[in-house]
Amino acid sequence: MADMDATLTGNRGLALEEAVIFEQDSPGLSGVDLPEPGPGNDRLGGLGRTGAIGLPGLSEPQVVRHYLRLSRMNYGIDSGLYPLGSCTMKYNPRLNERLARLPGLGGLHPLQPTSTVHGALELIDTCAHWLKVLTGMPGITMAPAAGAHGELVGLMTIRAALEARGDARKRVLVPESAHGTNPASAHACGYAVETIAANVRGRVDVGALKAKLDVDVAAIMLTNPNTCGLFETDIIEIADAVHDAGAFFYCDGANFNAIVGRVRPGDLGIDCMHLNLHKTFSTPHGGGGPGSGPVVLSAPLVPYAPLPVVERRGDGFALVEHAGDSSAHPLGRVKGFHGQFGMFVRALAYMMSLGSDGLKQVAEDAVLNANYLLARLKDTLSLPFEGPCMHEVLFDDSFLKDTGVTTLDFAKAMIDEGFHPMTMYFPLVVHGALLMEPTETESKATLDQFIRTVKGLAERARAGDARHFKEAPRLAPRRRLDETAAARNPVLVWRPPPAQAAE
Amino acid sequence: MRYLPLTDGDRREMLAAIGVGSVDDLFVDVPQEARRDRPVELPEHLGEMEVEHAFAAMAARNLSAADVPSFLGAGAYGHHVPAAVDHLIQRGEFLTSYTPYQPEVSQGTLAYLFEFQTQVALITGMEVANASLYDGATACAEAVTMAARITKRKKVVLSGGLHPHYREVTETMTRFLGIEMAAAEPDWRGGEDLASGVDDGTACVVVQNPAFFGHLTDFTPLADACHAAGALLVVVVTEVVSLGAVRPPGEMGADIVAVEGQSLGNALNFGGPTVGVLAARQKHLRQMPGRLVGETTDVDGRRGFVLTLSTREQHIRREKATSNICTNAGLCALAFTIHLTLLGEVGFARLAALNHARAVGLADRLAGIDGIDVVNDTFFNEFTVRLPKPALAVVDALADRKILGGVPVARLIPGRAELEPLLLVAVTEANTEAHIDALTAALREVL
Amino acid sequence: MAIVKYTKEHEWIRVEDGVGVVGITEYAQEQLGDIVYVELPEVGAGMTQGAEAAVVESVKAASEVYAPVGGEVTEVNQNLADNPGTVNTDAMGEGWFFKMKIADTGEVARLMDGVDYQEYVESLS
Repeated sequence: MADMDATLTGNRGLALEEAVIFEQDSPGLSGVDLPEPGPGNDRLGGLGRTGAIGLPGLSEPQVVRHYLRLSRMNYGIDSGLYPLGSCTMKYNPRLNERLARLPGLGGLHPLQPTSTVHGALELIDTCAHWLKVLTGMPGITMAPAAGAHGELVGLMTIRAALEARGDARKRVLVPESAHGTNPASAHACGYAVETIAANVRGRVDVGALKAKLDVDVAAIMLTNPNTCGLFETDIIEIADAVHDAGAFFYCDGANFNAIVGRVRPGDLGIDCMHLNLHKTFSTPHGGGGPGSGPVVLSAPLVPYAPLPVVERRGDGFALVEHAGDSSAHPLGRVKGFHGQFGMFVRALAYMMSLGSDGLKQVAEDAVLNANYLLARLKDTLSLPFEGPCMHEVLFDDSFLKDTGVTTLDFAKAMIDEGFHPMTMYFPLVVHGALLMEPTETESKATLDQFIRTVKGLAERARAGDARHFKEAPRLAPRRRLDETAAARNPVLVWRPPPAQAAE
Repeated sequence: MRYLPLTDGDRREMLAAIGVGSVDDLFVDVPQEARRDRPVELPEHLGEMEVEHAFAAMAARNLSAADVPSFLGAGAYGHHVPAAVDHLIQRGEFLTSYTPYQPEVSQGTLAYLFEFQTQVALITGMEVANASLYDGATACAEAVTMAARITKRKKVVLSGGLHPHYREVTETMTRFLGIEMAAAEPDWRGGEDLASGVDDGTACVVVQNPAFFGHLTDFTPLADACHAAGALLVVVVTEVVSLGAVRPPGEMGADIVAVEGQSLGNALNFGGPTVGVLAARQKHLRQMPGRLVGETTDVDGRRGFVLTLSTREQHIRREKATSNICTNAGLCALAFTIHLTLLGEVGFARLAALNHARAVGLADRLAGIDGIDVVNDTFFNEFTVRLPKPALAVVDALADRKILGGVPVARLIPGRAELEPLLLVAVTEANTEAHIDALTAALREVL
Repeated sequence: MAIVKYTKEHEWIRVEDGVGVVGITEYAQEQLGDIVYVELPEVGAGMTQGAEAAVVESVKAASEVYAPVGGEVTEVNQNLADNPGTVNTDAMGEGWFFKMKIADTGEVARLMDGVDYQEYVESLS
């Protein structure tokens, strides 16, 4: 940093540094005014807290400034293009936030008498209906809290269905390009996981798959479009083979944005698919959550769906919370209460806003945007699989050969250009993967700027300016962080520095 | 359509650059059988106003706990959330950011998660906490599988004071993992004996404080009994505000604590999304599921934060991960952190004291109504009453009078005659004297 | 004179006075990057050739370390708990993982020697 840019505060104009709350403690202060509880005996049975907790005291303006300053160190979709593959970083509509906060929706307690929440049950049922029609599937569970949770729940319904017909099987087949949650979920369901190789076209090798399909395979888990951004062309043939072997077809729906409103997974022969409401259906990513992962189900799996279930009864609804009240063989509860209701509100608002015509346009624009990136970048970067791609495009790092610049370095240089990097090093089927998903909510102008930037950086790398990349980022709120030290000596809670403690 | 920036002109230019005639050419890999000639059978797009009307209509068909006197608890609590919380979590940089995989441009998220982890460790009296899980019930299930991994044992004892949803979720999510679960009978009177069920095959005992029925217990003797047998003690906390007044699990010998944090910063939202979190002893760190944020420095020597110990997680370890979890509670954890920061040491203690005082006052008033018996000797802000009539019917009658009077135990544990008269009554700082007057008057009418 | 042999999973075993010392190779530590943690087996643990013996973690990856031959663990390298980076700086020496009693010396004989292992590594790039 040049001397001219050094400041007394460490701040640089509007780039404001900020300590953690524990370093801003004013003992006795609070940002909340509460009445004094009256005098009286307690009923804590002698188990009252003795001793301080150690929380810092701050006033409201200090708290607001603190979190505002922290927010300004974050990149979000609202900031700019966020092309993370298979994450579908699309615009998060603000209408969703307004509606989720209506007192008649956001203020509902989950255990109110069901006679007092007919509107909520109707909302859940309506959201479920839209998702079933979009996927062409007869059944759904709204219970899972997120995609990975949905995967596990889906596999559990499959396992329950197999055990009910006296055909317990032990293995699940997963492509090598699968997202890590797939084998982790299979393992958490008590299954052994076997990998299926990809073919030279980036799709599942159907021959290899069929060779592994025997009477001990409970299910396959496929993502479609897959994590290379490609539609599995043989998917119907795969579904038929899986069913002939008496197994079930689990589909990871993370990439549904490519086909929503245009193709129904039910028409492809799947049995079970989770949807990520926080991907295709615009609910906010919130820095990592909360998500929501409803799972659509084929007819054989519906009886094994978890509790609770919202059912139509006459012209009203019932909430089935106990196995005894169900004529099916439900899986039992997988989460507290009734699923991520706040996310159903948001997702339904989005679906109703777009409608069948808009959702189809979403898939088309998403696929168009990704193919535009492919067409304009394929001569600059290295494309392992020929297009067309679906909603995301995969490049590998061959274009960086002999430059001394890695995929990681390339991504860090993009940060200085004001872009969040694309997904790096995933899927594992190509070397140094760069997976880009622009989504449909990006304008052509933004894509053109992105393309110019990527081209410029690639040229710079090939011109031999490795240092530019190795030292990137220079302009972000932090430069590269020492992840090795963080893992070797984990510091996961704040501790007062030793000098302070000694005072 | 308002969320789509491409114009028809853009689309034409882009198709030309790609070298195809229409967007249909990009869907060439879709099998013929799955191609559709018409849109799916759902309504067409709507403007904001029409969508608002539809949602207002659905909302109007609910009697919201936000609008009437409500004494509902049983794992979800209606507290007052300061205005600043909602305002801050809706900042675009928080709302629309993603998992902090590029730490250089995610210091906001990483810093608040570090604060969250620290706050949770402090209030639970434990050494480390993770960066949140989906909810308290799934956190409980994760705690059990964590204990099984650590001890390499299969037997688990669940207290009769554990929230039924937590028991059910733990049973369901471990169903295929060979875990032998023994669930004690509903402990509505309090004082169950669990220590005698612990042996050298036990991975953990799971208890809740305050219990589902409200009782407060010193679990130190049980912790000692567990440790003597090489087992772990898991303590569940469903009302996190209780930690402002009650001795925390870490001071009772807990090994793993599973918390539901919804009470701080988060509206009820009909039960979701909420925020679960796990806290544990440092020595069990590597067996913890979920994300962890650690402190480090950047190349210029400035302090910063990163996700760390990721090799436990699914995206690296795949089938050998500590859990399959990917998403955390994100924005709900942020809301928790902001609310607790606003409260601070003094405010958190006062909030808890206020909740307890209100509950003591209400318990005394209810005990004064003929036929009503307060079961608990100890409680925090929720206790069990025994009514002279089945609680489900009483609650429906109260709802007709626009009062949400409590959660019938039979709603969560059906089919047991002795539980039918029992009602869980919760009260928070959000309940006014007028609410309490209305409840007592209505109860007198209804009983 | 100690014999050092290698496996296809990039473990090495050096037999000194009838005891086998096991670690991971230079190539392995380079591939993994900065090592942050090593999970070692229990002393006294018995293992067959190819069984999972240890786990080595870097920031971006975790890798199983397999028993190059069958036998029983007699000692583990406690220094790695505080200094996992030793595996990076001295993979073939101070970065050893564990020592073992070898059940069948024939298994050792059938492993790759240094020259064969070097060729094998070159074939991977």
